[in-house]
Amino acid sequence: MSVQEEALEEKRLLSKTSVGFWLYLMTDCLLFATLFATFAVLRDATAGGPAGRDIYEMPLVLAETLILLTSSFACGLALIAMTQKNIRQVLIGLGVTFVLGATFLFIEVSEFTKLISEGHGPQTSAFLSAFFTLVGTHGLHVFIGLLWLSVLAYTIWRRGITSKLTRQLTLFGLFWHFLDLIWIFVFTVVYMMGVVR
Amino acid sequence: MTIQRYIMGFALSLALTLVAYFLVIDNAAHPLILVILGILAITQLAVQLMYFLHLGDEVGPRLKQLSFWFMALILIIVVVGSIWIMNNLNERMMHFSPAEKTKFMLTEYDKGF
Repeated sequence: MSVQEEALEEKRLLSKTSVGFWLYLMTDCLLFATLFATFAVLRDATAGGPAGRDIYEMPLVLAETLILLTSSFACGLALIAMTQKNIRQVLIGLGVTFVLGATFLFIEVSEFTKLISEGHGPQTSAFLSAFFTLVGTHGLHVFIGLLWLSVLAYTIWRRGITSKLTRQLTLFGLFWHFLDLIWIFVFTVVYMMGVVR
Repeated sequence: MTIQRYIMGFALSLALTLVAYFLVIDNAAHPLILVILGILAITQLAVQLMYFLHLGDEVGPRLKQLSFWFMALILIIVVVGSIWIMNNLNERMMHFSPAEKTKFMLTEYDKGF
């Protein structure tokens, strides 16, 4: 095969793989849709416990949103560096993505532990059950994304940018941007609409 | 996939997030605030789909766009349908106290619905 043919074949493979992964993302989106629907139905079912506006710490939530957005942007920069075969920039981009993602997760976990220690755990009311399930499922996705990211970054550091790793990194990029997108709706529907009077 | 597009998407997302945040903090009681928040979120969805997930760049059979719109259809049915049905149910039982509601549900359950 000539170099051109090889490049074309690689491009076809990438587009096939990313369509398959995209279908997974769409089903994942539907999973979140059911959780959002449950949350929307149960948001006023506080059973004497606190409502959203009593427990949300909005500046912290804004910080989470901006951190995840910047993390998504850093991931995009790593993807661009990948197309230019610049390993150092790819690793720096992925490192920034990881640190910001981990910070996001740390803020979320400390929010959860604070709520539970104040007696506002998921067993308090239907609203809090729905809240912990929805936000927790997103957090779980971020956690899995961080694991995936660390394995990818290690492999790139050891082996350089091969065509297989290029495909995997592209899929990871889709996943990470997708999580940011879901968070926009968590931010809007759970937090922002929760403090509206 | 160029750096300019990423910067553009990042700046737009940042602006939309901050606008939504400060609108809510300053005008939490405004009657239209829910609608405005919804519009801002959907705008940001479109921005990130185009600039980060490159949904508009697809050529050939547009499988990603096709599956996205199908997903969106199911999503709207699930979310809007759930909210509609459950709110309707709540409204019909509004004149019941929580205790009466439980009793009503139990007698209906005994009847086998």
